[in-house]
Amino acid sequence: MANAAAISGPTFGVRVRKFVVSKQFTRGALAVLGFFVLWQAGSMGLFPFMHAIPTPVTVAGSFWEFMSTGKYWQSWMDSTLRVMYGFVAAQILGIPLGLGMGWNRNFKDFSYPLFELMRPIPPLAWVPVSILFWPTNESSIAFITFIGAFFTIVVNVLGGVSAIPRQLVDAAVSFGASPRQVFWRIVLPATIPSIVTGMMVGIGITWNVVIAAEMIAGNTGLGRLTWEAYLAGHTPGIIVGMISIGVAGYVSSMAVKMIGDWLMPWKKVF
Amino acid sequence: MANNGKKQIDNTKGELVMENVTRVFRIPGAPACTALRECSLTVPRGSLTVLVGPSGCGKSTLANIAAGYDHPDSGKVLINGRPVTGSGRDRIMVFQETALWPWMTVMKNAVFGPAMAGHISKAEAEKKAMALLKKVGLEEFKDKYPAQLSGGMQRRAELCRALVMDPKVMILDEPFRGLDVMTRELMQEYLLTLYRDTGLTMLFITSEIEEALFLADRILVMTNLPGTVKTEVDVDLPRPRDFHVLSTERYRQIKAQVMDSLYEEGAKIFAKLDRAEDLLGTCAN
Repeated sequence: MANAAAISGPTFGVRVRKFVVSKQFTRGALAVLGFFVLWQAGSMGLFPFMHAIPTPVTVAGSFWEFMSTGKYWQSWMDSTLRVMYGFVAAQILGIPLGLGMGWNRNFKDFSYPLFELMRPIPPLAWVPVSILFWPTNESSIAFITFIGAFFTIVVNVLGGVSAIPRQLVDAAVSFGASPRQVFWRIVLPATIPSIVTGMMVGIGITWNVVIAAEMIAGNTGLGRLTWEAYLAGHTPGIIVGMISIGVAGYVSSMAVKMIGDWLMPWKKVF
Repeated sequence: MANNGKKQIDNTKGELVMENVTRVFRIPGAPACTALRECSLTVPRGSLTVLVGPSGCGKSTLANIAAGYDHPDSGKVLINGRPVTGSGRDRIMVFQETALWPWMTVMKNAVFGPAMAGHISKAEAEKKAMALLKKVGLEEFKDKYPAQLSGGMQRRAELCRALVMDPKVMILDEPFRGLDVMTRELMQEYLLTLYRDTGLTMLFITSEIEEALFLADRILVMTNLPGTVKTEVDVDLPRPRDFHVLSTERYRQIKAQVMDSLYEEGAKIFAKLDRAEDLLGTCAN
């Protein structure tokens, strides 16, 4: 995108500094802080139903312990890689499939019913079959993660292609664009917002799915870490796992949002 | 067209003729709807011809057929005497809603056509686009995206995008609909300036009589469904026109003539609507 630089303006460092002092950041940080304060008060006796939940201070202690182990960071690594494999594979296969279904009527007639039959099957229902089918645990978890993002991206891209205003294509045809040029210069860029939406939704789903899959079928990863803490009756550990998953998901969506903003200099993701 | 002060008749400009064009929409489960029946019209070379008609009378269908996006069931569309089928860069249409490509800057939008057609170099196209953008006061906005422009600016950018192509005929389908009154008047003046400077053949479609009178060399009044051209009115008001023209006697005379013709059509719709069985056969736009 040739104009990305012109639009983005100041350097990354300057933008980060500006963001940290911005109202937007202060508000978000206040909410997070407020959440921890309420939680602390609740666990210390303000809300009796929270008596089994360790306080944030206790959890922070556990966090520190976890972070000093290699296993904790290995869990991050394993889960992130699984998400990456599944997510990237879903984009590589899903975007062309969605574009193809939206662009070619015949192809859609063939593929859409099959696609719609598979789509309602939840990713976790694929667990037994994929354990049987894929040679390693690792590949079956990545596959289930892929399933989680795949259907979402295809539906979004297909919807995006179908929603392209007719006159955008008509105008290009009038100006002498060939079908190939219409596809690359009009249909593809017009679909980018839908692709980005699909990616935003998809990255969230892949984290949901990878954690659940790790709990069922994995030996490693943040999901497994959380599950093992539960099995060991180590409540602060469970919460360390949960917070880690939250942070991982947040960081990934931010990354996807940045990719989205880079892909669409004419429009902000949100 | 002796009255519009143009220098010479240029062969690159086109004469658009439609001969006995009929278009019937057949939607399963609904009565067939004849949008155009035996509709004939001529847009003389280098003229600004305005087509007015009540809404839902088949104006957009006619525009789409002229532009080649739709095909008549019978009848012919001729440019300079040669029949045309399909769309092409000799007939550029400006749509009701903005059709600028949102992911391209104003300049990229404007030079997209030449880039596809390859009939002039990139530098040449940019120079030409720049000259046009200047004319409509958009030179400082050339690197903005359409969403960063106001509605009126978008319409102007779109006019430039079409004019860069030097179309033989430019078709404008209610291009200023939805703009506020001030912007609309401004746009009409911009259009007249561009028309004066390029002398292109233009078919302008509108449902507003004042707009038609202000712009036109010639007004074609369309009948209600099935649509066909009912009356032709020469608008011999002197150019360049400004708001003073609205208070002249000649303006009032022509307006009365057009309105008589239109009201007859309007009355017909209401008469029709009284009869329920006909209501089913009336299809909106």
